[in-house]
Amino acid sequence: MQRAPTSTAAGLVFRRDLMLAWRRWDEVAQPLIFYVVVTTLFPLATTPDLSQLREISGGVVWVAALLASLLALESLFRSDVEDGTMEQWVMSGQPLGWLLLAKVASHWVLTGLPLVVIAPVVGTALGLPFEAWGTLVLSLLLGTATLSILGGIGAALTVGVRRGSVLLSLLVLPLAMPLLIFGSRAVGMVMDGDSPSGPLQLLAAIFFLTLSLGPVAMSAAIRISVES
Amino acid sequence: MDLQEFLRMGGYAGYVWSGYGLTALVLVWNWWAARRNEAEQLVSAQRRNAD
Amino acid sequence: MWLWLHKLGSPPHAYRLLGSMAPWFGWPALVLILVGTYWGLVEAPRDYQQGDAFRLLYVHAPSAWMSMFIYVVMAVAAGIGMIWRIKLAHAAAAACAPIGASFTFLALATGSIWGKPMWGTWWVWDARLTSELILLFLYLGYMALRSSFDDPQRADRASAVLAIVGVINVPIIHYSVEWWTTLHQPASVTKLDKPSIALEMLYPLFIMMIGFQLYFGWAISRRLRGEILRRERNAKWLKESR
Repeated sequence: MQRAPTSTAAGLVFRRDLMLAWRRWDEVAQPLIFYVVVTTLFPLATTPDLSQLREISGGVVWVAALLASLLALESLFRSDVEDGTMEQWVMSGQPLGWLLLAKVASHWVLTGLPLVVIAPVVGTALGLPFEAWGTLVLSLLLGTATLSILGGIGAALTVGVRRGSVLLSLLVLPLAMPLLIFGSRAVGMVMDGDSPSGPLQLLAAIFFLTLSLGPVAMSAAIRISVES
Repeated sequence: MDLQEFLRMGGYAGYVWSGYGLTALVLVWNWWAARRNEAEQLVSAQRRNAD
Repeated sequence: MWLWLHKLGSPPHAYRLLGSMAPWFGWPALVLILVGTYWGLVEAPRDYQQGDAFRLLYVHAPSAWMSMFIYVVMAVAAGIGMIWRIKLAHAAAAACAPIGASFTFLALATGSIWGKPMWGTWWVWDARLTSELILLFLYLGYMALRSSFDDPQRADRASAVLAIVGVINVPIIHYSVEWWTTLHQPASVTKLDKPSIALEMLYPLFIMMIGFQLYFGWAISRRLRGEILRRERNAKWLKESR
């Protein structure tokens, strides 16, 4: 029997996940709601003064996006590993990295992308000026995509571990700190009137590095989780 | 340089001595923990093989 | 030579070898650390700007160096274990973690203690201290992941993936943290740098560095022996020898 081309297999995985999520949209909505709630915490904890909030608005939006993404990532592989689908994938002869990347991509479309879309609204509520919208969106696009892959590695390593979500965050957050630094600083720089191209380029570089090496680590981790 | 002056460390005594003290603590801990770990494992292995 | 390397991978042989090697690391380490401590505390001249407080360099810098060195050793051992499937390499990685984490803690503590008289605060978000802090998180994550598995093989391999991913990230983290601090301190004098350093001040530093390295050699030998015993509990060679 001829094996289907990898692009077809990956495409199928991508569409199937989107369809599954459509039926359970509340699972998709939860990280988004968490995101908005968390950003609300900061003015409540500090000050209602928009001119002061403005200073930290970029950082707050970024931290909230990080935490909301991590929340969503824990269940990335769980159901597929539990019902044996992952085992099938490992044995399918298709390059596992591509299948996993398709899964991460659909997950990002469902969780990361909405965060990015809402970010300007949430940022404005914290005093973020309009000029910073573009940089905020661009930095978050790159950042959440990178985080999805990093989180995929973490999720693959901790699949089946009890209270895995805490461990996942502990593993992924230190690795995500450079993203946070460059992303929020890019927004800060544009608010100061400087060009954010430096940190944005660094974010892009990190994204491409993660995109090329991430799937390798993910498939190694999945094999370890599945083959025991 | 007399002992008093040495111990005073030019006024920084608290910092210098707590820094070196912590270092000694960590080095001693690693020494002790490594040896204790090995001894425990040895006892555990011997007990297993006795029966 | 390949035969020797191959034998090295066998637990009973490694166990004996490590046992005989350990004192060759341990005693020189003790001597060098004592000599270095004495030299650093007594003989080295007082610094022009920092006074006697700069003597903390002699414990802070070697700890920081070891914390990073051990992390790399851990990742390399994990990589060897994954690529060539050598269990002993995984055991070595596991043995490295607590030693490396304790040095990281020491680097942070001595850095903080050094910072108080110099900058007036117990903590400062400068590039080196912040990077050390993130390194500590990486070590803790590694140890947490290891302990979350019951199956030793799965623990070995999962933590190996994490260590390798981590080691690739370390330069990125370092660079990003440095970049982050220079934004706020344009005239950046890296705070925990060696002061305007005369040669007489450097000798104790070298001695302590080498002393700490040898000390690590001793510590890893003994810990690895413990690891071998734990993993080989039911093995025949252990039954027969003792």
